[in-house]
Amino acid sequence: MRPSKLVEKIPPSGIRQFFDLVMGMKDVISLGVGEPDFITPWEIRERAIFAIEKGYTSYTSNKGLLELRERISGYLKHRYNLEYDAEEEILITVGVSEAFDLAIRAIVDRGDKILIPEPSYVSYGPIVTLTRGIPVYIKTDPDNGFKVTPKDIEKKIDKKTRGLILNYPNNPTGASYSKSELKSIARVISKHNLIVLSDEIYCDLTYDSIHTPFSSLPAMKDKTVYLNGFSKAFAMTGWRVGYACGPKAIISSMTKIHQYTMLCASIISQEAAREALEHGERSVQEMKREYRRRREFVISRLNEIGLSCHKPDGAFYAFPSIKRSGLSSMGFARELLKKERVAVVPGTAFGPLGEGYIRISYASGLENLKEALSRMERFLYTL
Amino acid sequence: MNEILEILEKDARTTPDEIAKMLNMTPKAVRSAVKKLEKDGVILKYKTIINKEMVKNEHDEVRALIEVKLTPEKNLGFEHIAERLYKFPEVTSCYLMSGTYDLLVVVEGKNIHTVSDFVAEKLAPMDHVRGTVTHFILKKYKEDGDILKRAERSKRLAISL
Repeated sequence: MRPSKLVEKIPPSGIRQFFDLVMGMKDVISLGVGEPDFITPWEIRERAIFAIEKGYTSYTSNKGLLELRERISGYLKHRYNLEYDAEEEILITVGVSEAFDLAIRAIVDRGDKILIPEPSYVSYGPIVTLTRGIPVYIKTDPDNGFKVTPKDIEKKIDKKTRGLILNYPNNPTGASYSKSELKSIARVISKHNLIVLSDEIYCDLTYDSIHTPFSSLPAMKDKTVYLNGFSKAFAMTGWRVGYACGPKAIISSMTKIHQYTMLCASIISQEAAREALEHGERSVQEMKREYRRRREFVISRLNEIGLSCHKPDGAFYAFPSIKRSGLSSMGFARELLKKERVAVVPGTAFGPLGEGYIRISYASGLENLKEALSRMERFLYTL
Repeated sequence: MNEILEILEKDARTTPDEIAKMLNMTPKAVRSAVKKLEKDGVILKYKTIINKEMVKNEHDEVRALIEVKLTPEKNLGFEHIAERLYKFPEVTSCYLMSGTYDLLVVVEGKNIHTVSDFVAEKLAPMDHVRGTVTHFILKKYKEDGDILKRAERSKRLAISL
């Protein structure tokens, strides 16, 4: 059986082989993981068990439990002074991944261009392609912390450009944007009448500054689809609950697709997500403090062993340069794995601009991080 | 709580160098902060948490929670009696409680007899002790925040993006 030409066109992940190599090896310390090492806080797990006991096993409304949407609306109001109407402007999805897919499908017609700053999370481009749009990658400047500037964006805009994807704090770089940086991007958005898909899944893991949602900027609410979820801050990756907030028309288009494809997110997960917003704040703060300490430790050690690295603003990734090793990203990752059994992700997984970098996840216990960094130090020494 | 304390409470073996990196301080500043905490008695000592359930055969021991009712002493309240009590090496913890009794004393002994001897010979006959109720602990599941069972290995994928 032959797959569609469209699917065939999507390049297979170039680092598949490397992943297989990692999976086949034992006793590896992995810093290659894109999810928290914490288990979902017990109160949240307990609420899900309770939901099952009570017999909450049905579908929910397509948009998701109203009580959950109301909670989200309240949380966004309280945290960021964002106003989203629970009835019409919020949609619960199966993770942010689904929300992103829906948003792209809701706005992209064949041949529309979507701007994606690179290095970028792996699924943005392929989803645009699957929707018969054209992903247009914007190269960002490593010396600017891989942050996209209004100038970079404007250079790539043409008549077919529909929107821009932002992801901050960023996977893989950990970089985030200040309010004034976002404002200058917003000016370009207004000028060219673009839509912004803002993936802010790591927003609660912002360490030194205050996170500014893109839709909180003047006049940007009508031009933004705000994407967030429970996976990262509440350590709920396996529950698959995310949400999209945006103008009524977009949310209703997304809901249309969602109702035909996914129907609704799992009611048990939605119940757990309610608990997360009702009582999870303390756990989030505890985990955040721990991540922050690990960040300080990891960045300081990386620079000490000669892998220069910007201090990331948020998320749980460091993106150090490995240029001084003389190896390619893939070569570095492969050799480090073989010689010292430490797994990292080659920067090239996030686009060609990631060459010369690796992604290190510090969503791993301090004991592991200490050991992994000592092994990396030894590895560099023996090169 | 002070962040240094938080780190040491989780892992007392964390070195000043590592703490310094985590908190963006100099190792020297960490060392002197720790010294001060030790001197002020905030840090009392560094211990190892042993899962005694696993070394049962060698060091068989039982533990009992004893509720103690007291008659307070004039001008001294319960302080003096508590002090006399907690100085016994068999007493591992001692708390003044609200509610229907006054002191909660945790006693550890080789076996049920050593503990009951302690209660009968030392504790119950003390002046001001009006009565005791002894509860033996049958099994420990969690102690001072630590679950006494090795955590299951994480099932996370080694690589995810």
